[in-house]
Amino acid sequence: MPTAIEFFKLLPKTNCKDCGQPTCLAFAMLLSNQKATIDQCPHVAADAKETLEEASAPPVRTIKVGDKDMGGETVLYRHERRFINPTAYALTASDTLDDAALKERCDYVASLSYDRVGMIFDADMVCLRNDSGDAAIFADRAVKLAQCWSKGVVLETKDPSAAKTAATAIKDRKPLIYGANADNLDAMIAVAKENGCALGLVCKDENEAVALTERCAAAGFKDLILDLGANNLKETLERQTIARRAAIKHKFKPLGYPLMNRVGSGEYAVATAVISTMKYGSLVIFDDLKSYEALPLFTLRQNIYTDPQVPIQVKQDLYPIGNPDEHSPIMFTTNFSLTYFTVRADIEKAKIPVWLQIVNTEGLSVLTAYSAGKFEPERVAEAFEESGVLSKSDGAVIIPGLVTRMSGKLQELIGRKVIVGTNDSRDIPKHLRSITQ
Amino acid sequence: MTDIPQVADKYGGAIDEVVLGKGDYIAGGFKGMPFLSFENPVKRRPLIAGEVYDTLEGYPELAASMFDGRQKDPVEWALMWKQLGADMVCVRLASVDPAKGGTSPEDAAALVKRISDATGLPIMVSGCGVMDVDIPVFTAVSEAVKDSRLILSKADEDDYKRLASVAISGNHIIVGFSNLDVNLSKQINILLTDFGVDRRNMLMDPLMAALGMGLDYSYSVQERIRIAALMGDPMLQIPMLCDCTGAWDVSDAVSDEDPALGDPKFRATWWEAITAMAAVISGADIIVMRGPGAADMLMGYIDEMRGDE
Repeated sequence: MPTAIEFFKLLPKTNCKDCGQPTCLAFAMLLSNQKATIDQCPHVAADAKETLEEASAPPVRTIKVGDKDMGGETVLYRHERRFINPTAYALTASDTLDDAALKERCDYVASLSYDRVGMIFDADMVCLRNDSGDAAIFADRAVKLAQCWSKGVVLETKDPSAAKTAATAIKDRKPLIYGANADNLDAMIAVAKENGCALGLVCKDENEAVALTERCAAAGFKDLILDLGANNLKETLERQTIARRAAIKHKFKPLGYPLMNRVGSGEYAVATAVISTMKYGSLVIFDDLKSYEALPLFTLRQNIYTDPQVPIQVKQDLYPIGNPDEHSPIMFTTNFSLTYFTVRADIEKAKIPVWLQIVNTEGLSVLTAYSAGKFEPERVAEAFEESGVLSKSDGAVIIPGLVTRMSGKLQELIGRKVIVGTNDSRDIPKHLRSITQ
Repeated sequence: MTDIPQVADKYGGAIDEVVLGKGDYIAGGFKGMPFLSFENPVKRRPLIAGEVYDTLEGYPELAASMFDGRQKDPVEWALMWKQLGADMVCVRLASVDPAKGGTSPEDAAALVKRISDATGLPIMVSGCGVMDVDIPVFTAVSEAVKDSRLILSKADEDDYKRLASVAISGNHIIVGFSNLDVNLSKQINILLTDFGVDRRNMLMDPLMAALGMGLDYSYSVQERIRIAALMGDPMLQIPMLCDCTGAWDVSDAVSDEDPALGDPKFRATWWEAITAMAAVISGADIIVMRGPGAADMLMGYIDEMRGDE
């Protein structure tokens, strides 16, 4: 981001106040803090405006595929500031599939969807492969795909005429055309420009990527996602790190684009996706992905892309653990994800069915929430009321040991005996066994 | 064509080297962020410790099913880890817990000695988690194994002096544990060195939370520790140990209730492998693993990422 003085130099310096600020310098300061946009100055010269927009653009371009933003990242490490646009995962479908098989394939991709305590993790895109080598078939299958798949679409082909017919046919879906390279670049740019699509650019390595993105920029085209041609995990990690460091630390525009990987299927493909998810990949295209691979991979993406400043929260709800019945004990805790997962794992260890009520404490842990007044008997009673847990079980209500102080008040509110639980979650199994005997 | 700017970071610091076992294994020593050959010339690989228990009580059946019955004898189990290519063995002396049989310190020490002799690998030892029970065990183990430098796990801020005394007198290595916080990691390292532990005999365990169980916290804490160490903070240059076995406690990883989630054997293996990949990418120098499949995958990926020696 340019400094306030750099912005100021390009402004008209008339202090006309049309932007709402008392002086041009004040406006420049807002611009440098990203609190204003250059559009708010009606008098800025067109060329200065372009320079300013260019300078204030994020170091990694944001590219749209369908309605999904990719790239736009501003930092190298997630502890500095949140990573912005999570890695997208696509699975391929062949253009040799008939209607039913294509529909089935889309249904499979859609089935890779998991509800993890109120958060939905799913696959993002289907990538149509031009296996037929035929432009008309490719376009016809693209139209069919667009009918059975509502999210992002990638068109994989090296053939500009196939890219053209297919992209034109489903233009309104803003597909990504993956398969531009040194040999077909000019024709592919023309197709992408005509249809308002982004291009996935296949490069031999990061050096060729620079040469090709500069060619694109010279042709006035910048909606690119770069495949840096990595052949193994080391190249994936190193090339993507080099590109992203160059873009963010050195403002090196020729590598300031989202990055992608085209992997096959199986263990090695997933390992590549794991590295790419941690280190700067915006899109990974698989030929196949199994459910037992997808759930851990999608969970990793969620972990890496979550905002480090905001604790992950679990939805306030009643979570039955191990088929509890009308006499099972009722436990409750906060909705901080770590608290929930730890308590849940410890209850599972006890192998005793429990109703676990999660109370919304805005993601704070037990003691912090209690001290902040967000884990009070009233809130707990409301959560009980909402879920109706007290009518589902006449079992004992167990209060976390750390907030024993509110047991009296809670007992009064819910009209049922409250038992004091353990201070430490890991003592839960022993405690549960002792009270259910 | 424009040249790509030089992106290697120049660091003033490096990770300490800690010599393990009979002197033939070294942890740490890295001079850049993990596996980036353009800034880290050290090709040594993070070490992998395979976990064995002295009792199968409480040990997950899913994991047990992956060891061909050899998990029934801890020495055989450890030898299997060696055959799989593990660099170290992590021996969990869970049965010293009076509730799990209360194995005597002498018997526990004899087992560690047998595993050390049979494998010749560096051994990491942990107890049942109750310091009052574990200290006599660590003392006996420390005296029984004199020809190999053990790793004694673990001491925390509230109770480190007793274990540190055992480590110092046996010339073994101690693990300083802290709970997901850069400053707390530094704190335990300072406490241990102030108490008189030689920093060449220390490892730090910043708590590797499993995938989906707070991995995001661990990943960032560890990246921050590694960056601060490379920038020259001596109290964070102690090699980092990450225990990834917590992956087997995650219900999404091991549950067999929902067939749509796929075979739990493969899912749990991926769950631990991804946890471990996040550990090594964020700076782990030693990784403790439970599943043989996950450890095997991790070894292959690490070898590929570090490149040729």
